[in-house]
Amino acid sequence: MSSQAPPSVLDLSFQMGETLLENGAEISRVQETMERVARSYQIDDFNVYVLTNAIFATGVENGVQRSAKLKHVPSTATHLGRISAVNQLSREIAQGLHTPDGAFVRLEQVRTLPRSPLPLAVLCCAVGSASFSYLFGGSGWDAAVAFLCGVALELFLALAARRGMSKFLTNISASALVTLCAQLFFLLGLGNNLDKIIIGSIIRLVPGVALTTSIRDFFHGDYLSGAIRMLDAFLIGGCIAVGVGLVMRLLPWAAGGLQP
Amino acid sequence: MSLPLLANWTLQTVVAFAATVAFAVIFHTPRQELSYTGLTGAAGWLAYIVAVYAGGGVVAASFIATLVLTWLSRVFSFARKEPVTVFLICGIFPLVPGAGIYYTGYNFFMGQDSLALDKGLETIKIAVAIALGIGLVLSLPPGLFTFRRRPRG
Repeated sequence: MSSQAPPSVLDLSFQMGETLLENGAEISRVQETMERVARSYQIDDFNVYVLTNAIFATGVENGVQRSAKLKHVPSTATHLGRISAVNQLSREIAQGLHTPDGAFVRLEQVRTLPRSPLPLAVLCCAVGSASFSYLFGGSGWDAAVAFLCGVALELFLALAARRGMSKFLTNISASALVTLCAQLFFLLGLGNNLDKIIIGSIIRLVPGVALTTSIRDFFHGDYLSGAIRMLDAFLIGGCIAVGVGLVMRLLPWAAGGLQP
Repeated sequence: MSLPLLANWTLQTVVAFAATVAFAVIFHTPRQELSYTGLTGAAGWLAYIVAVYAGGGVVAASFIATLVLTWLSRVFSFARKEPVTVFLICGIFPLVPGAGIYYTGYNFFMGQDSLALDKGLETIKIAVAIALGIGLVLSLPPGLFTFRRRPRG
């Protein structure tokens, strides 16, 4: 970490890029930020190439040619607060407000910016699900049921993240869970439109972030990264459809024996 | 255009604001930007329902709404000195075709193949419309998004 090794500006630039990438920034922002930091601290011959899951950078620092590369698992946990903070930091560095040491300290603070506490996340997911259920044509009752489904969904997502469940399994099982919840409440007589309840609740899973970032990469000419994220978006969308469809198909059949 | 319709639009816009802010919190948006992300999402949704009311199809309405909200995202991005991503990612959520994904999956598993294909194609069309909208507005020169010239330092 930064505390033991002498702070290298190349490492600083590299770690800032890494922080941006793992929190969901688009490729061009990662590249520009790294270049800006390198330029501010007079690194010569700085070259950087960024993909959705890797950064390659080389530069001449204090007369020595150095290089660094990174591989990491694409993270689904978007943290806009950290992206915003790194952006702020890079602007301050460009204005010459930080020594490399000071910048490292700031960056450590940014990287440990807290995530929202679980109760807040659960509340927000529930409110979001209820609101979307209403927006897509649901009644007040539908929204209320979607609220409950949202609570179950966010709790499940937190559990899945803690267990390190794979992205595909998480999305299939989470959308299946939401559908099951909605079905159960619906059988109990709550809610008017089953489809609106489920649609509202799955918006939390829908790959909006992957889609948006993919588009931005494409329009910047980062085709490879854009294609990776687009594929990600399509696969997640497919997973959600499978999770929902499976339960819709199987539940009536499983509950068939109970019906008069 | 009648009064109940306007009241309904207002209510929907308010709900879209709440929905966007709720999702913005899930994505850890900085607290001081929450209301701006909410405005972005609400404006996008208002544009969407107005476009649908005016007779544009779902796909065209998604395109127009994306233009509006991406433009607003860039305006806020310059005004607040934040990355566009902060406003764009949360604002886009009301438009992302969640309903399309649902109906595609439902019909696919219920054996209604042609309906599933229809809905699947529509979902992809909406995604493409959103892509074009974002791409178009992001390629415009930055001068269109700042209301006053300020010295660059």
